[in-house]
Formats: sequence, structure tokens, C-alpha cells
Amino acid sequence: MTLTATDLSFAYDKRPILSGTGFAPLNPGELTALIGPNASGKSTLFRVIAGLLRPSAGRVVLAGTDLATLTSRARVRRVCFMPQFFAANAALTVFDVVMMARKNLSGWRVSASDMDAVGATLHAGGIGHLAEAYISDLSGGQSQMVSVAQALIREADVYLFDEPTSALDLHHQLDVLSQIRDMVRSRNAVGIVALHDLNLAARFADHLILLRQGRVAAEGPPVEVLYRPEIGETYGVDIHITTGPREDLVVHAYAS
Amino acid sequence: MTQTNVNEAVDGIVETYRRRSLRRILLVLATLGALFVIVTIDVVTGPANLSFFRTLHVILDPSVATPREDLIIWDLRLPVALMAVVVGAMLGVAGAEMQTILNNPLAEPFTLGLSSAASFGAAVAIVMGYSVIPGVGPLYVTVNAFVVAMGSSMVLFAFTRLRGATPEAMILVGIAMLFTFNALLAFLQYGATELELAQLIFWQLGSLSRATWPKVAVCVVVLVLVMSYFLSRSWALTALRMGEDKAAALGVNVSLLRLVVLAGVSLLSAVAVSFVGAVAFVGLVGPHIARMIVGEDQRGFLPLSALAGALILSGTSIASKAITPGVIYPIGMITSLIGIPFFVSLILSQRKRHWQ
Repeated sequence: MTLTATDLSFAYDKRPILSGTGFAPLNPGELTALIGPNASGKSTLFRVIAGLLRPSAGRVVLAGTDLATLTSRARVRRVCFMPQFFAANAALTVFDVVMMARKNLSGWRVSASDMDAVGATLHAGGIGHLAEAYISDLSGGQSQMVSVAQALIREADVYLFDEPTSALDLHHQLDVLSQIRDMVRSRNAVGIVALHDLNLAARFADHLILLRQGRVAAEGPPVEVLYRPEIGETYGVDIHITTGPREDLVVHAYAS
Repeated sequence: MTQTNVNEAVDGIVETYRRRSLRRILLVLATLGALFVIVTIDVVTGPANLSFFRTLHVILDPSVATPREDLIIWDLRLPVALMAVVVGAMLGVAGAEMQTILNNPLAEPFTLGLSSAASFGAAVAIVMGYSVIPGVGPLYVTVNAFVVAMGSSMVLFAFTRLRGATPEAMILVGIAMLFTFNALLAFLQYGATELELAQLIFWQLGSLSRATWPKVAVCVVVLVLVMSYFLSRSWALTALRMGEDKAAALGVNVSLLRLVVLAGVSLLSAVAVSFVGAVAFVGLVGPHIARMIVGEDQRGFLPLSALAGALILSGTSIASKAITPGVIYPIGMITSLIGIPFFVSLILSQRKRHWQ
């Protein structure tokens, strides 16, 4: 079961965001990092894959099925998308909103196994102590972790996380990305994470896709992609890669 | 952390939630009980010196009634008391969902100009003697109010279909409708005789005294139909409160949901306003009370909004008869007066400010 996109195009009114975007098949059980500068089309690509935006051309194929042929209900069940922000002035608790994601819009009754699943997800996500807090009282980082928990509790074949770590401290960045990577491996799902931090991408991703002005500029394993000249050209910086104390790749960027 | 510790922590989280759900169910049941008592008091209130327990007995077992009790309780007082309950519930539900789909805590059932449309419809009947649907007999004021109110939401509906169902578009078009109908209403008032004017103002102030069993039945049917649809979409409506993006990511068709809910809210408020007049405040405050008590999980929020609306309007019905014995004041005047002290005390006692 692989996920492929071919020749996707999308424009807001006349402004093209994606033009002929496509990537080679992504394998299940692997975590892919989608990297690229601001406004390179990362969120739009996610929305097109999730079916929230309809591309003017191109196809997204999951395990041989063109996702456009599915009903939107069926598509949402197979592709789980975590948007970047959520407005949070509602009088809902953290437990309520994760339960809402678990119920996935169906079934009025909440069973004991639903409650246990939500409790376990909150605990595993390190936000068990916030279960009864109102989402309007959360800090930016806390609400981001709640958002991740909402995605992790859903059973899907493809997971798309739009910058899940942008508001988190160092400890929680590593924590959340480990959770995502472990989940993708244990469920044998396709996982894509949009990231701005190339070091996190190098550390956690099995595969990188570099997006530049709505096109895929480079793709492949981090060891290959990070050494490519396209990285520096895309971001407009000088990139140097060294090896860290634990055999990990460390990305250094300098203004050029 | 060992497995037992993890299990304990998870059990703790689940237990707290379970207790809160139980508390929510108990609250709804307690409110239902309170409503029952209030309705009985409503029936007792007024000339005739009925006793509370005797009245309760007659309500629960109509066969024990004397002819006089049968007439006063079953024929005169109960339709009015139940109309207050059902219309209060309709306005509470309509307000709750209007606030949800417009994502605006100041929204209420009549935000989008429905009450001025209904008033205009009534004015057409009273001043011009014209019935938009011929052959409805003495009901023509009610029917006119209903038809014009529904017509105005159809126009709103058409605009939002064209322009996209965003809260901004809906509110702006709604305000345009409000001013249009107010202007048309003023036009008719200007040309009306003093008698017609008095009649019109009395209609607008709202009254439960026109209630009859068939009217109560119509309201119950509409309320049950619309509310069961809303309840079936509970999760989607809850998701909408997390923002459009989040709701869409969970698979909610946001525009479609908004339009269907708008249609349901319009039906509820048009029926309510055409039967009892424009009752302000209930649809705004009922949902706020519910939100402060149980939060916005629709499975608790919606039933409690309905109950809060019903309680407010029942209380109003009692007050309208009790202030001056022998006089029944229009309910539109009373709702705000008796609701506001309670509402302000709730605001002051709450730490959370979810309506901001």
C-alpha cells in the first residue's frame, strides 16, 4: 500500500500554488518530511491529498485506488489530516475534542472502549493532566499537542501533519515526532510531516520531499537530499552538513 | 513508568470524564423536573384559586377533574403553559445553533432579520387586511408572519448559496434584510389607523394567550423534527466550534451543514414568532446558560439550551400573570426583565469567558 501523487495542479483564483507536483510512491511504515520555504505549497499539497481542495489536474493514488473516486466520507476515513491551527474559544474540554476525533462524526453513544482509547491517547501524548481543561485555556504548544492527539487517535492509512511542532519546546518537539514516527511504524501507515526545522527532518524522517514554488525540487532519503545543491538554492541560504555525536546529520545554514 | 501506573493514570482520566458525563445527565434530568414544577405553577397562577397539588393531580390524571377544573386547567391554562415550554425550547435550540453556525456568541434566532420579516408579514395582514395564502380564515396574521419570515430566510439562503456560506456573508445579508423589513414595516405603520397600530404593537409585543392545542401540536412536531436532526449531527456541530478547518479535516461538509442548520433554525424561529410574536432574549440567553453549565459538547449543550429556553419562557408566563392580578402582560416585555438578573448573576459567578 503506497501513496503516490502525479502531476497535481491547483490555483487559488488565478494564482497557481501547485503546478505539476508529484512524488514517487511513499512506503507504508515510513515517515516522510515535507520541507520547503514559506508559501511553497506544503499546506495546499496536504489539503489536496486530504481531499479538502480539488486539484485542477493530477491524481493522488493510494494502494491502486484513485482517491478522487472515493466519497468524501470514505476519503476522510483513509486520509487523516491535521491542520496547522485551530480556533479555540469554545467551551470544550481536551477530552471532549479528542473524543470527537475518535467518534469521527458517527454514533451518538460513547462506549467504555472509546473512553479508554481517549484516556490512553491523552496519557501517551503527555497531556493526561489537561484532560478536563478547556481548550480555550491552553497555551499554543498545548493546543498543538491536543491537535496531534486528535490525529493519532484516528485509524487511517495516511497521516498528514501540518507543522505539528511549530509551537513546541525542544523536549516536546522530539517527543511529538517520536510519537508520530512510532505510530506510523506500528500501524504500517503512510506518514507525511511538514517541517521547517531541517535538523528535525534529518533526525526523524525516512524520506524527504523538498517543495519549491509548488514543484517537487528533490526527493529521497535524507542523506541524499540534504547534500543536494537544491536545498540551499530553494531556501536561499548556504547549507553545510556535518555529522553529530550520535552519527546523525546536522544541518548548518548561513545567510548567503 | 510501569504498565500498572499507566493503567491507573488512564483510569483516572476516564473516571473524571465519566463523572462529568453522569453529572450532565443528572443536570438535564433535574432541569426537566424543575420544568415540570414550573409548568404546574404556571397553570396554578391566575384567578380561580387552584391548589398546587390538586392541579398536579388533575394534570397527571385528567379523569378526576370536575367540569370546572377540566375547563380551567385543560382547556384554558395548559395550552398556554405548554406553548411557553415548547416555544421557549424552540428559541433555545434555534439560538444555540445560530451561535454555533455563525461562530458568534451574540447571534440569536432573530439575528438574521426573521422577527422584522414576521412583523412585516403581520402588518400586511393587520393594516392591509391582505392574506398571502388565501382561505386560512382567522389565522391569516399568523400565516402571513410565517410565510414572510420563511421567505426572508429563503432569500438569505439563496444569497449564501451564491456567495459561499461564510458567517460574514450570512450576517451581512441578514442585516440588510433586517433593515429592509424595518423600513417596509415603518411604511405600513405610517399609513395605519390608530386601531390597527395598537393591534400591530400588541402583536409585536408577543402573547401566549392565543395558544390552542392545535398550535401547541404544530410547535411540538416542528421542534421534534428539527431537534432530532440537530442531535443526529451533534459531533459535526461540535466540530464546527473548533473552526472550519478542523471540522473539514474531520470530514464535515461545512457549507452544507451551515445551510441545512440555517434552514432548521429559520423554521423553528418562524413558527415561534408567528404564533407568539417576537420574544427577545430567550434565544440569546438560553444557550449561554447551557454553555456555562455543561460546555459545548452538543450532546449536552443542545438539550440543556432547549430546557433553559423553556424554563425562561415558563417563568415569564408566570410573571406576566402574577405582577398585577387580573392583568396578563405581553411576554415580550417580561422576558428580559426576569431573565436579566439571573443572567448577570451567572456571568459574574463564572470564571470562564467563552462568549468572547
